[in-house]
Amino acid sequence: MSFSAFLFATFVRATPLVLVGLAVALAFRAKVLNIGAEGQLLVGASAAVAVGLACAAWPAVFLVIAELAAGVLAGALWAGIAAMLRERFGVLEVISTLMLNFVAQYLVSYLVRGPLQEPSRVYPQSVSLAEAARLPALLPGRQVHVGLLLAIGLSLALAWGLRSTAVGFRVRAVGAGAAAAASAGRVRVGRVVFGVFLLSGALAGLGGAIEATGNTFALYEGISPGFGYTAIAVALLARLDPLAVIASSLFFGALEVGAAALKRDAGVPSELAGVIEALIVLGLLAAQRSREVALTRRVAVDANVVGTA
Amino acid sequence: MTDGVVAAFLQASVRTATPLALAALGELVVERSGVINIGLEGVIIAGAFGALGFAGVGGVGAGFVGAAGAGIAIAVVFALFVVNLRSDQIIAGTAISMLGLGVTGTLYSMLYGSAGAALRSPMTAAWPVPVLSDIPLAGPALFNQPPVTYALYALVPLLARWLHRSGAGLALRAVGERPEAAEGAGISSDRVRWWAIVFGGAMGGLSGGTLVLAQVGTFAEGMSAGRGFIAIAIVVLGRWTPLGVASASLLFGAASALTHLSQARGWSLPYELALAFPYLLTLVALAGVRGRSVAPAALGQR
Repeated sequence: MSFSAFLFATFVRATPLVLVGLAVALAFRAKVLNIGAEGQLLVGASAAVAVGLACAAWPAVFLVIAELAAGVLAGALWAGIAAMLRERFGVLEVISTLMLNFVAQYLVSYLVRGPLQEPSRVYPQSVSLAEAARLPALLPGRQVHVGLLLAIGLSLALAWGLRSTAVGFRVRAVGAGAAAAASAGRVRVGRVVFGVFLLSGALAGLGGAIEATGNTFALYEGISPGFGYTAIAVALLARLDPLAVIASSLFFGALEVGAAALKRDAGVPSELAGVIEALIVLGLLAAQRSREVALTRRVAVDANVVGTA
Repeated sequence: MTDGVVAAFLQASVRTATPLALAALGELVVERSGVINIGLEGVIIAGAFGALGFAGVGGVGAGFVGAAGAGIAIAVVFALFVVNLRSDQIIAGTAISMLGLGVTGTLYSMLYGSAGAALRSPMTAAWPVPVLSDIPLAGPALFNQPPVTYALYALVPLLARWLHRSGAGLALRAVGERPEAAEGAGISSDRVRWWAIVFGGAMGGLSGGTLVLAQVGTFAEGMSAGRGFIAIAIVVLGRWTPLGVASASLLFGAASALTHLSQARGWSLPYELALAFPYLLTLVALAGVRGRSVAPAALGQR
């Protein structure tokens, strides 16, 4: 694999990772434990492909916009189920989003064997999207598509929104302490949590729509190699900073592309990438602990200095 | 519907419930100590892998020992992070799931290569209990099962008694409700949580071992298939009591068995909907229990 091929493959792999990484980072910022990005991505991809096939006669620009909008809506709706279950019934979102991941997986299985199956009814996949229904490539002859720019743009927008808007402030306040935000800041915590949940799902759904219209061009069962789970590692490595999500997505994209190449060329099991991702997350947790310990020690030292002065 | 079909359905329910109940009873103890182990999925797959490795060398008995050992090994990593390093339990648990799935997948392809699919493990047969297994319908369902299911019948009341009638059980519950108060009474909450997580690891491992040694007869990557997550839901559904957890496991076993039944009977619902049914049932059931009121008060806190 040439270096440029590796580089472009990394960009392609990182594109959906940026979006699901943003979805997780945003949710975790508000202490919403959405670990259902995988399911939200899958329904987003399904909706985009469904619209792409159903509205194939539309002009290219409108069609692509409709596809992406369908992905956004589907992802938000899917996350909305978990948000509603948390608000109304106090169901832990960790469990509900995980369950919804499995349901989404079977939904895709059903679609590619039922309503969206290719006409010969042999393969469990949809037909390929027409040229007009695909995201344009950035460079002629390369797989890198405009989805990458969209993902980077959304990272910038989210970083700005979190830092410089009133809504962003409320999200951060809820993440820092829901009770304090409610009493001192008069933040309506329930509404913020609900909104964050929907937006998180929308981002993940968009990730799925972009992957389907920019890279795979069809729906099939293995359309996501676990993007939604890698997203957790992506967001944590970025320390939940939307801008850093770009860099950490590229890192994990390169890792996964590299692992696939190693499997092809040297027979190294590709599951190794998952092990490395898990070890990175554990390493980050350990590093966070040593920072916390150092911080409390410094506070204790300061307190002593004040006490003896 | 004939008696034969109903009997087969009941038997399949208990069979499917067995690995779920094993993992969920372990997780119940972990959660009673105030820790939620989302990494249970990784523990189960590690157990399944351990079972394959050890059963190949020393037979079914060694397989179960290997399964429990492998489950404990990965649970120890989790305990180090959440107890000693005070890491976020959800994130650490997610990493443990990824680690378990990744390590077993990697080792499996390295050790057994592409020929792995044909690899068979020795299995334990069903041991029909004389007389009892002849009772119509319920007999074969409850008493024509592998020994690990019978062990569960004993474990559920024992665990219930241990939780509520023993000093150690009281210490466990105290740590899960009010760790500071427990510390004040001279109980080391760290030590209690360590033992709870190790027990949960052994049970999760045995759950994976049951899949390989009593049901499938081989290992496949990702064969835990979300059972760890379902087991966590079962604990909520069973309201953190052993009997409740056992009943909720049976409910799930029945839901999964219904899938096979609907397929066998040719009912006209999409196969995938039937497969998704246990997960949908979890969502509906969780909405029904309004679980938080009865959850251990310190659950999930660092």
